[in-house]
Amino acid sequence: MARRILIAEDEPSIVLSLEFLLSEAGHEVFTATTGADALKLAQERKPDLIVLDVMLPVVNGFEVCRTLRADPDLRGTRILMLTARGREQEVARGLALGANAYITKPFGTRELMKVVEDLLKGEASDRPGRQ
Amino acid sequence: MLTATVIVLASFLYVGLLFAIAYYGDKRADAGRSIIANPYIYALSLAVYCTSWTFYGSVGRAATSGIGFLPIYLGPTLMAALWWYVLVKIVRISKANRITSIADFVASRYGKSQLLGGLVTVIAVLGIVPYIALQLKAISTSFSITLNYPEVVMPSQVGAPLFIGDNTFYIAMLLAAFTILFGTRHLDATERHEGLVAAIAFESVVKLLAFMAVGVFVTYVMYDGFGDIFHRAQSVPDLSGLLMLGGAGGNYTTWASLTFVSMLAIMFLPRQFQVAVVENVDERHVAKAVWLFPLYLLAINVFVLPIALGGLLHFPAGRVDADTFVLTLPISEQQPMLALFVFIGGLSAATGMVIVETIALSTMVCNDLVMPVLLRWKALRLTERRDLSALLLGIRRGAIVMVLVLGYLYFYLAGEAYALVSIGLISFTAVAQFAPAIIGGIYWKGGTRLGAVWGLAAGFFVWLYTLLLPSFAKSGWLPIIFLSEGIFGIDLLRPQNLFGLSGLDEITHCLFWSLLANIGCYVGISLAHRPGAAEHSQATLFVDALKQTSGAGSQFWRGRASVDELTDLLGRFLGPYRAREALRAYAVERGIASIDALPADAALVHHVESLLAGAIGSASARVMVASVVQEEPLRLDEVLQIIDEASQALAHSRELEQKSRELESATNELRAANRRLQELDRLKDDFISTVTHELRTPLTSIRAFSEILHDNPQLDIEQRARFLGVIIKESERLTRLINQVLDLAKMESGNAEWQTTELDVGEVIDDAVTSVSQLYKDNHVALEVEVSDALPRVVADRDRLLQVLLNLLSNAVKFCATAGGHVRISARRAGPLLRVDVIDNGMGISPADQEVIFEKFRQAGDTLTQKPAGSGLGLAISKQIVEHFGGRLWVTSTPGAGATFSFSLPGKDERGPHVHAPAERAVAAGR
Repeated sequence: MARRILIAEDEPSIVLSLEFLLSEAGHEVFTATTGADALKLAQERKPDLIVLDVMLPVVNGFEVCRTLRADPDLRGTRILMLTARGREQEVARGLALGANAYITKPFGTRELMKVVEDLLKGEASDRPGRQ
Repeated sequence: MLTATVIVLASFLYVGLLFAIAYYGDKRADAGRSIIANPYIYALSLAVYCTSWTFYGSVGRAATSGIGFLPIYLGPTLMAALWWYVLVKIVRISKANRITSIADFVASRYGKSQLLGGLVTVIAVLGIVPYIALQLKAISTSFSITLNYPEVVMPSQVGAPLFIGDNTFYIAMLLAAFTILFGTRHLDATERHEGLVAAIAFESVVKLLAFMAVGVFVTYVMYDGFGDIFHRAQSVPDLSGLLMLGGAGGNYTTWASLTFVSMLAIMFLPRQFQVAVVENVDERHVAKAVWLFPLYLLAINVFVLPIALGGLLHFPAGRVDADTFVLTLPISEQQPMLALFVFIGGLSAATGMVIVETIALSTMVCNDLVMPVLLRWKALRLTERRDLSALLLGIRRGAIVMVLVLGYLYFYLAGEAYALVSIGLISFTAVAQFAPAIIGGIYWKGGTRLGAVWGLAAGFFVWLYTLLLPSFAKSGWLPIIFLSEGIFGIDLLRPQNLFGLSGLDEITHCLFWSLLANIGCYVGISLAHRPGAAEHSQATLFVDALKQTSGAGSQFWRGRASVDELTDLLGRFLGPYRAREALRAYAVERGIASIDALPADAALVHHVESLLAGAIGSASARVMVASVVQEEPLRLDEVLQIIDEASQALAHSRELEQKSRELESATNELRAANRRLQELDRLKDDFISTVTHELRTPLTSIRAFSEILHDNPQLDIEQRARFLGVIIKESERLTRLINQVLDLAKMESGNAEWQTTELDVGEVIDDAVTSVSQLYKDNHVALEVEVSDALPRVVADRDRLLQVLLNLLSNAVKFCATAGGHVRISARRAGPLLRVDVIDNGMGISPADQEVIFEKFRQAGDTLTQKPAGSGLGLAISKQIVEHFGGRLWVTSTPGAGATFSFSLPGKDERGPHVHAPAERAVAAGR
């Protein structure tokens, strides 16, 4: 089923790859390259899933996550954290702030799509995705 | 009516009452609620001075000498006025040093000398024996007289058997039993007997009342008051002389000497020392006693003269012994109850004296005479016995019995010849021998032990020769020749007319010679040599006692002790329970939880010694403690050494203080360094995590697109080319990054390889410009090159220098990648340095950014909406390179007006400009 997905990532190459993968899967995709933009687009377009990079300029991924979760309208939005640092503190922090899953870079494309599908199906809300 | 049974029963009842009072007093004392802590009780207890001598003998003396009985009471009255100074000082000294007897006092003052203690004890015992005999005589005589009621019969001693069958002996033994019960039920470390004091105070009241009763009876019942008696006496020629001083009342010298000797007696009689000093509860009580005691003396003497005159008037001359008037007058007037009351009063006076005196003497005998000898007697091995308290009590009881037996013997041998008063005066003169040693001891630091020993010995010997032996001679136990012709027939050595001194009564005569010998020896020998250290410290303690605020104790002491050994030692003499109790109290005083926590220091040792002194005398205590504690006697030079060490220790401690301050500052520095290291560590961690992040980013794209291309064969050529392009680009980026990171790491850790040669910088700039020309063309930025001729040659690594130039040039193009962008690179000499500038006309760099761009992974415009290209390591590496060759890299920029990156390098020493091809070239920029 086609869903709306917001990609919040500032590295153009990664954006390109994510856009390709998600579009190929049939979803509607739009991109934000800063945290502020991400929040704006999230509120405007109300995506089903946000692929959120932690290292975003202006407002970082954690802040975005916290703000999104504070918004009652966006409670249902799934958040998939993208992080280059796999350290436990980062992961725990993200999950504590309300992310539904995380995946570390570099990710495998198959794993990524599996996590995305699981999140969109609504099953993986409690279990963190693994690389 | 007054049968033996009645009298004996009454006596026993009375003594029983005394005992009950004593028991109650002790019980209250144990409970901590003393009944004798009261100045009135104290003053009454001092009245033990008035014995049966006062009760019976005063009247007897008055009958022969009129008011000549008074000096014996004038003396104490005068002395009382001086008590303020003398007695208070003695009390304070004794409390501070835990003095338990007069022998202890003297011994302690003169360096805790056992010899002196023993000598004082011997003098005291021999001197007091006559006095005790006097009491025995009084009791037995009064008993016989009362028994003969209603007849007045003078008892006769002639023919009385020795010991068995002699009433007096039984009396003596009974008194011994009473004394043992009163005073030796247990050993008290302070030698205080509160119950006894209570009983004595009561007894003082009883004898006063009894005497006043008979006085009132005689004055107002038998006669019509004072006026009546005196009036009648004046009309009798014999008697009128009694009322005048200078008549039969005795001359001035007699009065003077009697007053003087009784002044000394009120201080130095062992029983007086016991009640006035040892039993004293509070030295403030002395203040009240100063006037209460003379008041008592007045009260008890008011009726003496009337009774004496009344008796002389009543009885035919010579028939009735005047000593007995207080008893015989009521008897002759058929007053059995009064007579019994008087008897009890006399008994009271006598028993009070005997008990207190004997207890005092037995303490001295035990502590200062017997124990020192026994402790030295190795064969007994007393120092090893566990519990010596039973032995001590046994010795004391034995001493009590012995003293009473001696008293009885004296009574038997010599009591007949003398009137009571005279016997008493013999004792007074004996104890007067203590005066020089004691009074000198508390006011003169120069008094020495040797002086005191010789003084006492000399005085005692003279007393013996001029008074005691004559008393035996007068009773027939020594040849009378001795008196009239002196020893070996030498006239000058006649005992009672020594060296021809005549015209004095025997008391005055004895007093004169004995005190002369005593004081002479004491002062002379004391002046002749210096006291030892221990003596001197004791002397100071005693003489300065009223000036001292802190407790006594030898401050200079050196030795090692253990608390266990000290407790053990104390337990052997006091009994283990009492020893622990005493130490526990001491620990509480010092705020220490338990005995085990007591420090084995000088204070503890001194305290134990004091406690022990109560049981065995200070001299023996000293010996015992010294044996337990490995003590070292201190000499003056040792004291100086201790002071020296103390001042050294002080200097050391100041040094230590300073060192510790230095240590503290060093520690602080270390802490700061540690913090810096930790920060660096954190930075390193940050660096690593940033590097990780930077590496993973290109990897992500590479992997993602690789997989995409792999999984999606249906992609069209365009997309494939595009994706592959990304892969290639990101791989390059990754490679670059890895190289840079490794470079930087190597440079920072000093592991980089440098190929240093002499360089022509212009040539390197040419190379760099050529490399970037395509990049500049692509970005439509003009590049101008300005290289001067006179460039100094530089020593550097060519590749690295190239790296720096490339970095600066590529940065410049990035930051003015707009149309009209222009970059100029110039190289020239600046003094001894080579200076290179890369000037662009881009957007410029803010001051905040200027500070951070040389840091790792920092780039200008981190917070801009656009993520800047580049890794952020370029300038950091360039900086490392430039600085490695001794140069400097910096930036100058005004935001909006371009930026200038400059570096300088030290030139190699040059003789002249290097010939080089003309440098100016312009590269045409493509438009």
